[in-house]
Amino acid sequence: MNDLSVSSQIAYQAARMQPRVVRRIRGLSDKALAWLFITPTIVLLLAINIFPLIWTIYLSFTNYRANRPNVPMRWMGIDWYQSILTDPDIWSAMQVTAHFVLWTVVIETVLGFGLAFLIDKKFRGHGAWTTIILLPMMLSPAVVGNFWTFLYQPQIGLFNYVVAFCTGSAASSFQMLGDVRLSPWAIVIVDAWMWTPYVMLICLAGLRSIPDYIYEAAEVDRASKWRQFWSITLPMALPFIMLAVLFRGIENFKMFDMVNLLTGGGPGSTTEVASITLKRAAFESWRTGYSSAFAIILFVTVFGLANIYVKALNRVKSR
Amino acid sequence: MKNTLKALLAAGGVAALSIGTATTPAHAQGKTITLCWAAWDPANALVELSKDFTAKTGIGMKFEFVPWPNYADRFLNELNSRGSLCDLIIGDSQWIGGAAENGQYVKLNDFFKKEGISMDDYMPATVVGYSQWPKNTPNYWALPAMGDAVGWTYRKDWFARPEVQKDFKAKYGRDLAAPKTLDELRDIAQFFQGRDIDGKKVYGASIYTERGSEGITMGVSNYLYDYGFKYQDPNKPYAMDGFVNSPGAVKGLEAYKELYKCCTPPGASNSYMSEGLDAFKSGQVALQMNFFAFFPGLYKDPNVGGDKIGFFSNPAATTQATQLGGQGISVVSYSKNQGEALQYIKWFSGGDVQKKWWALGGYSCAKSVLNDPSFPDSAPFAKEFLKSMGMVVDFWAEPSYAQLLQAEQKRVHDYVVADKGTAQEALDSLVKDWKAIFKEEGKKF
Repeated sequence: MNDLSVSSQIAYQAARMQPRVVRRIRGLSDKALAWLFITPTIVLLLAINIFPLIWTIYLSFTNYRANRPNVPMRWMGIDWYQSILTDPDIWSAMQVTAHFVLWTVVIETVLGFGLAFLIDKKFRGHGAWTTIILLPMMLSPAVVGNFWTFLYQPQIGLFNYVVAFCTGSAASSFQMLGDVRLSPWAIVIVDAWMWTPYVMLICLAGLRSIPDYIYEAAEVDRASKWRQFWSITLPMALPFIMLAVLFRGIENFKMFDMVNLLTGGGPGSTTEVASITLKRAAFESWRTGYSSAFAIILFVTVFGLANIYVKALNRVKSR
Repeated sequence: MKNTLKALLAAGGVAALSIGTATTPAHAQGKTITLCWAAWDPANALVELSKDFTAKTGIGMKFEFVPWPNYADRFLNELNSRGSLCDLIIGDSQWIGGAAENGQYVKLNDFFKKEGISMDDYMPATVVGYSQWPKNTPNYWALPAMGDAVGWTYRKDWFARPEVQKDFKAKYGRDLAAPKTLDELRDIAQFFQGRDIDGKKVYGASIYTERGSEGITMGVSNYLYDYGFKYQDPNKPYAMDGFVNSPGAVKGLEAYKELYKCCTPPGASNSYMSEGLDAFKSGQVALQMNFFAFFPGLYKDPNVGGDKIGFFSNPAATTQATQLGGQGISVVSYSKNQGEALQYIKWFSGGDVQKKWWALGGYSCAKSVLNDPSFPDSAPFAKEFLKSMGMVVDFWAEPSYAQLLQAEQKRVHDYVVADKGTAQEALDSLVKDWKAIFKEEGKKF
């Protein structure tokens, strides 16, 4: 049999098969068809999201350690939850996290909205400026972390030279990453540098969604620019701003990479955010059960806070 | 068509086999073992050394080297997930307790007995540190492979300058030379801090301050041991009160903080091995704390090596000791090539191989090498290395060592770098942390 006849046969078989498949699908109800399409997604979701979550919840009640498979697993009840919630070091990590989330979100929102407001005005080269402003958020956190580590270097870092030039102090007289007072701010600065453009993008979408006729009507009513901003721009962009706050809040609550690269949680435990503590417990101390409980506590905290916030967001949107 | 395809595949296969045979004979036999270690100078020496093993046995060698910052994470993950990537692993000394109790390493007692390998042929400190679990019992899980300890390097060329010598003598009333005590070391570091050398501002000392893995613990231990710190009561295991937080240990911790505050370069709040090497190689510091394993590379450095560099072992305070580094070589119990891996260990234990290992830049633990009368003069740092290996102390090798280590990292870094609390409070908290960990482990004390 030559090659041509083989391919002809395959084509013939395919032609015969097709009506059968079509007939079968045609015989399905809408509901069955819907299930047919969403089942693979549900299976995937169960496999990579729901099962690990349930497994983590289970492990959080045991003394399991990933590095000791030979040790029999013991049921711990709520011991880990109790010990985590009464541990001063954990509360200290939570405070550091809250401080980091608060300041990054405030700074990024103010700057992001400000930039969006400026970029929204049509001026020569505003497209190029938008691209330049967006560059930091396109970089990998690993690159940003290493890049800023060099910038903050007290002896050769550009950041210190700029501050020294502006203040008249010696460049090596302060250490952004090694000083307990400055290191939390060093991380806030880097995060704001990287993610303000993201907030700007969301705010820009909000500003662009405001119809021009509203401003035209305000002009007719002789409303001042400040009045227009206060009564039209801000209220109409508010749901977008709140959305940006939600996204950045959740992201920064989970922040790990940047802090790990810049300070590793130090000096001392000054910048040890919750995710660093969690990583140390899970993958350095190998306390799998304990760290599972901690992960669940963090998950519930983020989930709870985000839910409250979304309710507030919906209320603002419905106004 | 089928026949043509078969003929083509066969021809291709023969060609591939013949190419393979021409380049690596061992691969053709399907015998290749993988050795896992850290990526550093001694690992390159081991690659060179292992060529003899392949030539002798026909067993091919593959190497999986991971940079130090990721070394523990990478290989402990590999062991914990029962991976078979590594047939042989040169694992850190602290891992031995966990690896033995979790069945990750092959116990080597029977093999040693059968092959006539005696642990009496190795330096006692290295046998205890790298091979035994439980410590000081004849249960062997590794062959001592890479002896190492913390030592110091100094800028011999700066020390030799007449104007520097003159200034130092005027200030301290003695000649500037490698320090014998930790107080002398601080004086020297203080003397160089901020000094102008060849138009460049230089600093006193580079010491370990790293927070994330084990850095500051490996550094501060050299001070704690010298001032009388002990991990536990020698007569009552796990009894730590008055030993970990003894008045001497408090003094040691205070002295380390004093050195950090007075005499390190700006921005050295998170330094470990590579940062120390960078500081020394770039001519920033007069003194550097680091592991002996790096000294052959530093000696060869065209800018700071040769006549410009000097070496000394950790100076004394009320007593003299130093932190053990180094590793033993173990067979991974999940390996599918245990026979070949054991052959490698047998070959590596040979006297000639150990001599060549030292000559290439690895640190042999064999007495035949270290006790040879010519050894102290075999390299500029050999004498100090030998002295250091006679006074090494190691961190806990308990299965829970990682938790114990993290606790010390936190308490010590909080005090030394972040100025939190007093030395006494830091060590008292450390005792509390360690007791809680051992209690969780079911230890009685």
